Amino acid sequence: MSEALLAVSGLNAYYGAAHILFDLGFEVRAGEVVALMGRNGAGKSTTLKSIMGLIERRTGAIAFAGADISHARTYDIARLGLGFVPEDRRIFTDLTVLENLEVGSQPARDRTQQVWTPERLFELFPNLAEARHRVGGRLSGGEQQMLSVARTLMGNPLLILLDEPSEGVAPIIVDAMADMMIALKQTGVAIVLSEQNLPFAELVSDRAYVIEKGEVRFSGTMHELSGNEDLRRAYLEV
Amino acid sequence: MSLAALFVQLLNGLAGASTLFLIAAGLSLIFGVTRIVNFAHGSLFMLGSYIAYSLITRIGGTGLGYWAAVLLAAVCVATIGALIEILLLRRIYRAPELFQLLATFALTLIVQDVVLQLWGSENLVGPRAPGLKSAIFVFGRALPTYDLALILIGPLVLGLLWLLLTRTRWGVLIRAATQDRDMVAALGVNQAVLFTSVFALGAGLAGLGGALNLPREPANLGEDITAIGDAFVVVVVGGMGSIPGAFLAALLIAEIKALCIALGQVSFLGFAISFPQFTLVAEFVVMAIVLVLRPWGLLGKPQGSVRSIGQIEAPIVPAGRMLQMIGAAVLAALLVLPLVAGGESYSTVLAIDILVGVLFAVSLHFIMGPGGMHSFGHAAYFGLGAYGAALLFKDAGMPMELALVAAPIVGCLGALIFGWFCVRLSGVYLAMLTLAFAQIVWSIVFQWDELTGGSNGIIGVWPSPWLATKAAYFYLTLTLCVAGILLVRRILFAPFGYAMRAVRDSALRADAIGIGAVRVQWTGFVIAGAICGIAGGLFAFSKGSISPETISISRSVDGLVMVLLGGIGTLVGPIVGSVTFLILQDSVARQTEYWRALLGLVIIFLVLVFPQGIAGTIQSWSKRAWKPA
Repeated sequence: MSEALLAVSGLNAYYGAAHILFDLGFEVRAGEVVALMGRNGAGKSTTLKSIMGLIERRTGAIAFAGADISHARTYDIARLGLGFVPEDRRIFTDLTVLENLEVGSQPARDRTQQVWTPERLFELFPNLAEARHRVGGRLSGGEQQMLSVARTLMGNPLLILLDEPSEGVAPIIVDAMADMMIALKQTGVAIVLSEQNLPFAELVSDRAYVIEKGEVRFSGTMHELSGNEDLRRAYLEV
Repeated sequence: MSLAALFVQLLNGLAGASTLFLIAAGLSLIFGVTRIVNFAHGSLFMLGSYIAYSLITRIGGTGLGYWAAVLLAAVCVATIGALIEILLLRRIYRAPELFQLLATFALTLIVQDVVLQLWGSENLVGPRAPGLKSAIFVFGRALPTYDLALILIGPLVLGLLWLLLTRTRWGVLIRAATQDRDMVAALGVNQAVLFTSVFALGAGLAGLGGALNLPREPANLGEDITAIGDAFVVVVVGGMGSIPGAFLAALLIAEIKALCIALGQVSFLGFAISFPQFTLVAEFVVMAIVLVLRPWGLLGKPQGSVRSIGQIEAPIVPAGRMLQMIGAAVLAALLVLPLVAGGESYSTVLAIDILVGVLFAVSLHFIMGPGGMHSFGHAAYFGLGAYGAALLFKDAGMPMELALVAAPIVGCLGALIFGWFCVRLSGVYLAMLTLAFAQIVWSIVFQWDELTGGSNGIIGVWPSPWLATKAAYFYLTLTLCVAGILLVRRILFAPFGYAMRAVRDSALRADAIGIGAVRVQWTGFVIAGAICGIAGGLFAFSKGSISPETISISRSVDGLVMVLLGGIGTLVGPIVGSVTFLILQDSVARQTEYWRALLGLVIIFLVLVFPQGIAGTIQSWSKRAWKPA
């Protein structure tokens, strides 16, 4: 078993007085796609935000690429190679597609890495190529989702935290997202996918963790989760 | 008036628009990115003109030296701006917005005294730029060539800013951060560097504006307040965060002022209207109209829901036994004060001032804290109460007692009218509109010589014989002050108080459960205006005379400082805050000539140490002490 790229253990997070995550832990290896599964409000988004340092009160150990990032500032975490694609996309609506990509751009971490350029990303997201001079606010929901991922890739991350990419977009875009993720995986980027949509997660993920009420209730391969009907019924189905 | 004169006035207006734009652009940039409303922006402008004066008198003999001095002055101010950001603002980005305002206000006090110390109190007339000392003749009227240069500089700076913001990575990051700071950080951008640089740029623009303004107006100690007032208006009219909007608004306001001067005295339907007098209010009238018709400014965008970074406020609670006992003890001490200290003693006089201040602060807190409406022009209702009572007493010959009863009614009427407009806005825009109304009241009082005595004010406003001794007046003030506080407390714990807090926390949800948000806020506004009017009336009769200073911006700001100092989350807050502030002001002012700077430093210290205000911090300390973790 290779060394974990991202290792989270004993993670607790709070919003004001509300305790949201309880000693949560999981691991991601380089190049792996890991799904965090759970219903609305299970704590998936909070987990990803805590890792990025976007939650004020959090405790626990978070290690990324050998560095302790549990007390690091958000921009330092991002610069280490941890990309974050938020659930609500948070596109800069006043900026053009190219300008959005510019904000995400960071120098490559080492010379061997193939860096992402707008042109390379437009191959992966042809829709965006046509809209490159359009402002973010004029894009469709699906295009905004693509742009949000592309913008994060401009930072040449080693791992992407992808928060519910299938939420609120048309089925045809969901299929495109799946293709895109498979293509991404082939470039060697690891992905943590927070999802409620099991069929979508099954298409792309190697392993899965199931989260319920801020705690990990299951961990195993995606295959094991798919085959376990009791588990699905208890934690995933509505 | 001839067309030629009008044309020259309009050109003159364009020149004025350029400096106005420079200050406003800086303020707008800083607000856009850091969300800090930089009250010290006018001080940076003032520093620009003083530093430029010193540099120009040394190296400004040649054309090259002159312009180098102007740019150098801007760079100096930019550096000062960067230092302010690094040393002070960086520590308070997570603090409530009003605290940031308080801190930058404290800076204006410090800068005032630094300038007084370094350059003295004389107005400093700067030389005009070599090569631009002459005037050209337009339709036979002289127009200084320097003004022509200014007319060109405005659009030039606008163009450069536009290039900077759209054609550089830094500019793209600035625009992104204006929209979503957290996301920019999550993409690996160090916000600290971005914030410092934006603050430096904004400060530099203000400094440049100050330096360029020197040949038009001498450097003087009153520049900071005028500049910040003008800049706020321009930014709000143009739309917060919009640079082209600031340019457009600067043009609009400068031209309207120029037009007023050009029109002069005009007879209309038998009334003589003096337009030049209108210049003092013109910008505020423009702002009020724009805010009502287009609340987000000419070129601004309706603000989306701001990602909240502040902590959720704990609900107010009735005073505990401990606090009640302290309150009773304080009241008992106050009751015997004139007996112990002497009826005509300084302590009694000071106590009257403080009680008036407490009532003023409590009424402001009522709409700011539980009401969530940040009034920057609370002096308006204080002034209406004071002038209303004084005029009814002097001109209408009303007995003093009746005039005092009328004071809250006058304050209430003012709040009824102004509030109708204000409650339709929220946040910074509401604050600015309240400021605009206060300025309008101020300038009416200031200019209506026949009625209000203009800048001389009204004298001989003395209480009836039975209240003539300081001790008697003290007891009257104490009674009304305590009654006012108890009334506010009663209202806050009544269903109306709950409704008002519900509206503050979420107007949408309050509306959805049947609380008419606008009506509740309007009522709250009017109640605060009435209580504030009592304070104003008490003030008038305690001093014996009043002047337009009663309604000045600085009184509104004093009120804000009192409320914030005490803490906005508790009812004791405004009381503790106003007492602290007034005693501090009184004792510091007597100790040193530089009391403003000292007061400023104390405020900054308090903001850094007591981020929840004095009373708020003590409350959370005692909570922690009682409840072991």
